[in-house]
Amino acid sequence: MKKKKEPIWIARELSKCSGCRKCEIACSLYHENRIWPTASRITIFMLVPGLEFPHFCVQCEDYPCVNSCPVNALSVSKETSAVLVDGKACIACGKCIDACPGRIPHMHPKEKRIVICDLCNGNPQCVKVCREGNWNVLKTVPRRERAYKLYARKPDEITRDLSTKIYGEIGEEYL
Amino acid sequence: MIQGYAGKHLEIDLSNGKIRESEFGDDVLRDYVGGRGLAAKILWDRLGRKWEKVDPLGPENLLLFLTGPLTGYFPGGRTCVSGKSPQSNGTVGSTLSGEFGVELRCAGYDGIIVTGQSDKPVYLFVKDSDIELRDAEYLWSKDGKQTVAALTKECRNLLKTRYPKFGEWKEPSILYVGPAGENKVRTAVVSSKWAHAAGYGGYGAVMGSKRLKAVVVRGTGPLPEAADIKKVKRLINTVCTNVYENELWRRWGTGSAGYEVGAKTSSEPVRNWQEEWHDEKSFGVDKFENRLWMKQYWGDFGCPTTCLKLSCVKDGKYKGAITDNPDYEMQAYLGPNLGIFSPEENVFLVSLLDDLGLCGIQTGNVMGFAAELHQRRVLTCSDLDGLELKWGDTQTFATLAKKIAHREGIGDILAEGTYRAAVKIGKMKKKNLLPYAVQSKGISIGAHGTRSGKDYPEIISYACSVQGGDHTSTAGLPLDGGGSELMEIFNDSGVYCNFNSFGVPRNTRFEFYTAVTGIKLTRREWVRTKALKILQLQRAMLLLGGPDLKWTPKTHDVNPPRFYEPLPSGPYKGKTTDKQDVEQYKRRYYKAVGWDRNGIPEQKTLNKLGLEDVDEVLERIR
Repeated sequence: MKKKKEPIWIARELSKCSGCRKCEIACSLYHENRIWPTASRITIFMLVPGLEFPHFCVQCEDYPCVNSCPVNALSVSKETSAVLVDGKACIACGKCIDACPGRIPHMHPKEKRIVICDLCNGNPQCVKVCREGNWNVLKTVPRRERAYKLYARKPDEITRDLSTKIYGEIGEEYL
Repeated sequence: MIQGYAGKHLEIDLSNGKIRESEFGDDVLRDYVGGRGLAAKILWDRLGRKWEKVDPLGPENLLLFLTGPLTGYFPGGRTCVSGKSPQSNGTVGSTLSGEFGVELRCAGYDGIIVTGQSDKPVYLFVKDSDIELRDAEYLWSKDGKQTVAALTKECRNLLKTRYPKFGEWKEPSILYVGPAGENKVRTAVVSSKWAHAAGYGGYGAVMGSKRLKAVVVRGTGPLPEAADIKKVKRLINTVCTNVYENELWRRWGTGSAGYEVGAKTSSEPVRNWQEEWHDEKSFGVDKFENRLWMKQYWGDFGCPTTCLKLSCVKDGKYKGAITDNPDYEMQAYLGPNLGIFSPEENVFLVSLLDDLGLCGIQTGNVMGFAAELHQRRVLTCSDLDGLELKWGDTQTFATLAKKIAHREGIGDILAEGTYRAAVKIGKMKKKNLLPYAVQSKGISIGAHGTRSGKDYPEIISYACSVQGGDHTSTAGLPLDGGGSELMEIFNDSGVYCNFNSFGVPRNTRFEFYTAVTGIKLTRREWVRTKALKILQLQRAMLLLGGPDLKWTPKTHDVNPPRFYEPLPSGPYKGKTTDKQDVEQYKRRYYKAVGWDRNGIPEQKTLNKLGLEDVDEVLERIR
C-alpha cells in the first residue's frame, strides 16, 4: 500500500551553503526539464561573496500569500502543506510578493505567472541533491506546530545576519 | 543548427560605443567548439595577417569573454577570457570559475567580443537583450571587493527599477579588474567573486587598456537547449557520483598541497625555486582548516567538489583578509616561494593581491625573482626604493605588490612580468639574469616543478606548451593521454572545470559534448583533427610574436635554467632534469604534432588540417 504523504517542512542551515546552486539546477530540471536558474523555485543569493544562501518558501502558518491572491490562484496542498500555484488562473499581479514577509515568490521569467516552491509533491529535489553531496544545508522534516513564518526573511536581512556569523565586524564594509 | 549554443555573440566596439550581435556558422562552432578554441579562431581570422604588429595593450587587440557548449551543463561552470596576450604575445584560453558564463548563456549569448578602446572608464551591463555601456569613472581605482560591492548595489537597483514586478532580484554576475588591470600591469587578472581570477595571459591589463572596468551580466532564460537532456542528466550524475567518492579532495581541495607538494613530491617553489622541498608543518592544511576556514565547502555553478574554502583572518595583525582556500598555487607562490610559511600571512597576501587585481602566480613569481636578485646583491635596497626584500618578510612583499599594481618605482619594471623584468634589469646591471627567471615564453611557470620527477608535469610540459608556463595546459605524449595539451584544449573550449573530471573516464567528456550538442565526437577525432587545428593556430600566433618580443623555438622551447640545477635539499636531493632527455622528448613531440625540426608547424600538417592561410603567414618565420 502506498504510504500516505504527510505535511513536511524543509529545515535549513544557511551558513553552510557552498553556493554550488545544485538545488536551482535540480529544481528547474524537475519543474521545467531545463537548467534554468531564474525559473527555479529556490534561489541562491550571493549579495556578498561567501554569504550564499538558499531563499525559498517557508510555508507560513497563516499563508499570507494565499490570502492576498485576488483571483484564488494560490492554494495550500492538504497532503504536503505546500503552496500550489494555478498557473492558468494567476494574473501575475505580484500581490503575493508584497504579502510575503520575505518577498520570496518571484515571477516566472518567460510566462505570466508566479513561481513558488511546491515541495515537489513531498519529495523535494533540492534537498535530495544537497544531501547527496553531503552539504546538508537542507533537510526534510515532518511539519509540526512551529513558528515557520519566522524564516521568511528578505535576502538583504539574511545576508546581514550571515555576515555577522561568518565575517564578524569585518563584513560591515561589504554590506 | 547545432544544439547547446545560444547562437549569437555580443560585439562591443568601445571606440564608438556601438553594440551589435554576431553569429558564427555551424562549421566554425563544430571545428572550434567555444572558449579557447573559438578564441584562437577569432583572433587568427581578425588579426592573424598583421599579428606581429598588434600591440596587446593597444586598441586593435580584442578582448574575448567566451563560454562553451558545456558551460553550465558539465558540473562546475567557467568562463574563458582571451585575446592577444601581453605576457606571451600569443593567445591563452584563460578560464576562471564563477557564474558569469552561465548568466551569459542564460542571457542568450555564447560570448562577448570587445574591440577598440574607450576614452573614459566604462562598464558593460547586460540583462538579457537589454544592454548598455555605463559610466565607471567612480569605480576607477577601486579595489576588487569595493568594486563588487558597488556594482552589486548599483545593478540590483537598476534591475529593481527597470523590472519592478519580478520580485527580489538575485545579484548579477560580475567580471572586473582591480587597480593592476587599470594600470596595464602585465600580471593583472580578470576577476570574479572576490577571489576567482583568469590569471594566465594577463588579460586584466588588456581590459584596463580598453578602460573597461567590469562586465555585469544577468540572464533570465534557460541554458541553450541540449540535444538530449535525459542523457545530460545521466552524465551529470556520473560526474558527481565520481566526485562524491573522493572525500579528501572535496574536504581540502588543493589546499593540502602547500605542505604536501613540498614535503612529499619536492616540486614546490621555495624561495624562487632555489629549493623545491620544505617540511614546514606550520603550513599544513590542518592549520588553514582549523584556524581560518569559515566555510569548508565553497563553490561555483553546479560544482560537486566545491574545492574552494572561505578563508578569513578575524584577529591580529592581518585582520580583515578574506580569500578562498587559498588554493595550492596561491599557497605556494605567496608562501614558500617568498619564504613565508604562516597561513595568516599567506591569506593576507592572497587577499591583498585579489584586491589589487594581481595574479598570484605571475606576481608571486616576479616578487620571488626580485627577492633572489636582492639576495644575490644584484638589486640593492636603493634599486628597490629603500625596501629590504628579505625572504619571509610579508609586509615588505605587500608593499612591493602595491608598487607593482600602481607601477610605482621598481614596481613599474616588475609590472612587466618576470621575463621582461629580467631583460630590463639585466640590461641595467649588465648581467644575464634569465637564469633566475622561472618562466616559459613570458608566462611564469605554475607551482609544479619537474626536477624530482614525482609531480605530474613532464620535462617538456612547459617548454613546448602553446601557453608557456601555464600548469593547466601542459604538453606531453601520448596526444590522447591525460598529460596532453590537446585534452586540456577540450576542457578550455567546452569551458568547464577540469577539476570535476579527475577520475572520470576520458571519453565521458566527449559523450557529454555529444549529449549537449547532438554532434558525434570521439576522442580520436578530437585529437587528430580539431584539437590539433586549435593547437596549430595557437602555436603560429605564439611564434609570430609581438612588437616587443618574439620567440624562436630553438632558444625558447626550453625549460628555465633553474630546472637543470640539481635539487639542493630533501629526499630527492641531487635530482634534476636531463637536458638530453628533454631534447629527445621534444623531437618526438614535434613529430607527433606535425612541427618541423625547428618547431614550426609544417606545411603538410597545416594543409591537411585546412589551414593553408596559416602556412602562408608562417613562411615569414621559416
